[in-house]
Parts: sequence; C-alpha cells; structure tokens
Amino acid sequence: MRWFWIDRFTEFERGRRAVAIKCVALSEEQFDGYSPGFPVMSGSLIIEGMAQTAGILIGEMEGFSQRVVLAKIGKAIFHRPVTPGDLLRYEASITDVKGDGALASVNGFVGDELVAEVELMFAFLDERFPSGPLFEPVDFVAMLRAFHMYDVGRTADGEPLELPPFYAEAERVAQASYDPIPSPVKAGGSRT
Amino acid sequence: MAVTKDEVYKKVQTALVDALGVDEEEVTPQATMVGDLGAESIDFLDIVFKLEKAFGIEIPRKELSPEDILTNADFVKDGKVTPAGIAELKQRMPFVDFTKFEANPQVREFSNLLTVGDLCRYVESKIGAA
Repeated sequence: MRWFWIDRFTEFERGRRAVAIKCVALSEEQFDGYSPGFPVMSGSLIIEGMAQTAGILIGEMEGFSQRVVLAKIGKAIFHRPVTPGDLLRYEASITDVKGDGALASVNGFVGDELVAEVELMFAFLDERFPSGPLFEPVDFVAMLRAFHMYDVGRTADGEPLELPPFYAEAERVAQASYDPIPSPVKAGGSRT
Repeated sequence: MAVTKDEVYKKVQTALVDALGVDEEEVTPQATMVGDLGAESIDFLDIVFKLEKAFGIEIPRKELSPEDILTNADFVKDGKVTPAGIAELKQRMPFVDFTKFEANPQVREFSNLLTVGDLCRYVESKIGAA
C-alpha cells in the first residue's frame, strides 16, 4: 500500500485553497486491525489526508523547492466516525505564511456534513537539513498527476497551473527514455 | 489608544496557553519558556504566528532566535559565548536580562534564558505599549 491518503484534488487554487477527496473503502488495510467489528477510519489518518492536501498546496507555492513538513497540530475536532462507503472531502485553506512556516485550516466533510476540523502548522526545513527534493522528481510528478492536480489547478489569476521547470524537465527526460515495446520483441522483428 | 502592559501580558498568556497546552497559572512573568513551560523549538514558530496575529506585528526570526550569533566562531569559544558575543546578544535582545547568563555563558544554557516577561517586553517594544 502506498501512503496516499487522498485520491484526487477537485479544486486547487495556488496559495489559497485546495479541495481533495478520499473514497473510504472496506478493502483498505487500515481497517484490518483497527477497531475490529466496527470499521472506522482513524482520526490520525484523516489528519494525514488533510496534511497531504494542505502540504501540497503550501509546497506548490514555491514550486516544490522547499521541504515542507507537518510540524504541529493546533486543533483537531472529530464530529462523527468516518466509515467505509463515506466519500470524504477535505477543504484546506492557507491562513498564514512566513519565511519559516505556514498555517492551514482544513475541514473534512461527508456530503454537507462537517465531520472534522483541524488546524495544522507546517515548517519549512532550513539550512540545517539537507536541501533538495525529498522524492525522485519523476515519482513526485507522477503522484501529482495521479492526484489530478494539474487538471484542476489554477493560479491566483485563474490560469492553469504548470509544472515547475525542474519537474517538467524530469518528466520530459523520463518520457523520452520510455520504451513501451520490450526489447526482445523489437529485436526479433517478427511481430508487426 | 495605546495598549497597556497588562493587555500585552494577557494576550501573550493566551498565546502560550494555546501553543503549549499549559495552564494559565503556569504562565507567570518569571517562567522560562523552555524549562518551565516545556516549549520546544517548533513551538516558537507557533508562538510567533500567534503573537503576530494577536498584535498585528511582524516578528523577524532573528529577533527571538539569535542562532546566527550562537553559531558564529567570532562570538563563541569553547562552547561559551565571548564578551563580544554577549554584547551582540544584548544589542539584539535588549528585552532579555542577561545577568545570570553572563555568570555562566554556556551556549547550551541560552535556550533556557527567555522568560514570559522577556517575551512581553519584546512585544511592548514592538507596539510601543503604555
């Protein structure tokens, strides 16, 4: 299982707000041992999904050049259990940004019902930590594309979001080297 | 209308109760941020966010965290802040009482110097409290 706790973005406005959805399925590993007999999504995994929503929103502001980490949870209120079959919607807003961190407020909904309210503080890792991307750039781009971030994302002026140059180049190089036909088949030349 | 020192204290107290999860009674002017209230480095970022919002001020990182001085070889020798370094710290942080620190200026002691009262004096200097 990969550590994705959102399925896709449905709205994304640079530096301001993002909305992501998470389809909760009974087949997920998270329900295996947690609260047997009463499948309920843990609050900490809801917070993880909210942090992924808000963290990507914050990281995108600087073209994912900073290392953004969840540093503190200021408030977390859960109004009712989230169970398999629920479609969670995380609505994240950036409330404050400084040189070394940012605050975000995230509300979780199922339909129109508010199920969770969380305030998150993110820190930007400074020069004491190694700089540069935390992930393989191509994998990171693939994740953002899977999240539909560049399908729905807009800048503050309403223009479509574009990949930062560093990541766009990584994607271009990967695509150029991608070989969809396995080489033994190609070498044989018998299949056309 | 100028904000009074008492109002500054109340707002600082609220910010610390929220950020550190401590009781109001624990937040006294003499309480040290790290030793008495258990603040960790990441809490200072949280406190700065809260104070900026509460008072409508901007708090540059260096004004409360003089790491650049404490890691500067010109101002630190054998783990101790030199007299020149202390002079630099005093200039940067005039709201802090350095008397105790001067007696044993170990760099590692610095983190436990700042008190609630110091933080209030800092805010007062930023907003010109009456």
